[in-house]
Amino acid sequence: MTTDTQTFTLAARVLHWLMAILILTMLFIGVGMVASVSERHELLIRIHKPLGIAILVLAVLRLVVRLRHPPPPLPADMPALQTLAAIASHWLLYALMLTLPLVGWAMLSAGGYPVMLSESLRLPPIFPVSPVAFAVLRHAHAWLAMLLYLTFLGHMSAALYHGLIRRDGVLSSMTGYRPASHVHELPRQP
Amino acid sequence: MNDPSPPARRTEAHLGAWALIFAVAAFAVVAFAYVGGWLAPNRLTPARMVNQFQLNAGTFPGYRRNHAKGVCVTGYFESNAGARPYSSAQVFASGRTPVVGRFALPTSNPHAPDSSVPIRSMALRFALANGQQWRTGMNDMPVFPVSTPEAFYELLKAQQPDPATGKPDPAKLGAFFGSHPESGPFLAWVKTAKPSASYATETYESLNAFVFVGADGVRHPVRWRMVTETTDGGSDTGKAGDPDYLEADLTERLSQGPLRWHLLVTLAEPGDPTNDATKAWPDNRRTVDAGTLVIEHAEPQQNGPCRDINYDPLVLPAGIEASDDPLLPARSAAYATSYLRRTSEEAHLPGTATAQPEARP
Repeated sequence: MTTDTQTFTLAARVLHWLMAILILTMLFIGVGMVASVSERHELLIRIHKPLGIAILVLAVLRLVVRLRHPPPPLPADMPALQTLAAIASHWLLYALMLTLPLVGWAMLSAGGYPVMLSESLRLPPIFPVSPVAFAVLRHAHAWLAMLLYLTFLGHMSAALYHGLIRRDGVLSSMTGYRPASHVHELPRQP
Repeated sequence: MNDPSPPARRTEAHLGAWALIFAVAAFAVVAFAYVGGWLAPNRLTPARMVNQFQLNAGTFPGYRRNHAKGVCVTGYFESNAGARPYSSAQVFASGRTPVVGRFALPTSNPHAPDSSVPIRSMALRFALANGQQWRTGMNDMPVFPVSTPEAFYELLKAQQPDPATGKPDPAKLGAFFGSHPESGPFLAWVKTAKPSASYATETYESLNAFVFVGADGVRHPVRWRMVTETTDGGSDTGKAGDPDYLEADLTERLSQGPLRWHLLVTLAEPGDPTNDATKAWPDNRRTVDAGTLVIEHAEPQQNGPCRDINYDPLVLPAGIEASDDPLLPARSAAYATSYLRRTSEEAHLPGTATAQPEARP
């Protein structure tokens, strides 16, 4: 375990980068599968469902890690608006990571579909069968996914802004890579 | 932290970094839009496929975009365990599996007269005791007119009514079939096909191939059909002048007792095409009787139990898998789009078509 308060814990960093890959993959699979009539459609759906549940499980785990290990403080000199945006977007990301798989699961339940994670592994329904609920949840699933992608774009751009322009150690707190020249020039909130 | 440089010079110094950030974000947006089909107007998407159905026949809110006219039925499948050696699906163990089904016409107009198309369809949802499901949609014809989603889309486009005549342009249809020799067997069949007077007298074919997987893991490419036990063609009473004679006939027959079909599973030999629904398999292929479908009740689809079921042929239980037939994923994708549109209309979501007074909600 690290005692460095400038860096996320190893568990947080591993979860972050693993989930970054999984969630980005998931978003591209989702948007691609609904726009395809080819064999790709089937293949992607078969990946989409178990991957969604994997993300849900990891998101719960991550939330636990996040609550048990507070993240490094943001730089003291960050404008208030940026600090607010950083905090709000992070909680939005957590909310979407947890909500999207649940909405997808509820949507299939409402549509009367068996929720199959593999050839034979089936999850129980979590919502009563209702065509109206299906329609609402199915649209919500798509719009929340769009919101997640937009939030990701903001998150990634902000991370690059911190790393390339502000050079304030925020990006390295998650990469774990900290060039020696940066360490001492970074006053932090105590 | 004190920064000695004024803001303007600082921004200038970071121009390269800003450009890089912008480029990365722009790339991510374009990649997402490309995968989502927004930058590929010629890609065949489920939405474009379903749009073409609506262009051809109009939009009927709340109804399926194809096979819109139909009737719900309920009953059960009584397995005789005949297919057990080939598929581990629970539905093929001895015993009963409840079924919610639907007979329908392959038309997008829910008000079309029953005599307007020579084809009838049977869709079934088997609810297995283990919670898995098997959904299948079959037609009473021996082969499908085309073998790929792209050709099917081209066929739909060729069938789009000419605004001047209100009918498809024969020249376009001729051109389509001229360049699609694989439609030959279907055209030969349809030339002699007559609209049947009853859903009960028909035998319904899976058309697409699937793969049965046994408990031993051995894979068996198959096609199946529901062969009717009903030989009596029925009287044509009420047929003249009644555009909805099929539902009336079915209700009348079921008031006398259940109707039965045998599920016959045909096992492919090596070399039989599994990816081409335009080609029938030779008649001498081994066929297994898997059990009896017993249909007991019929209900109008307006509020019947089949109304909210999407008969997606790729909702399959363990022991049955899709084949390499390219029509299957296209059907699955297009049915999902149709299902979302009609359920959205049912939910009166903003931007969806609204039902006319005579149409069901």
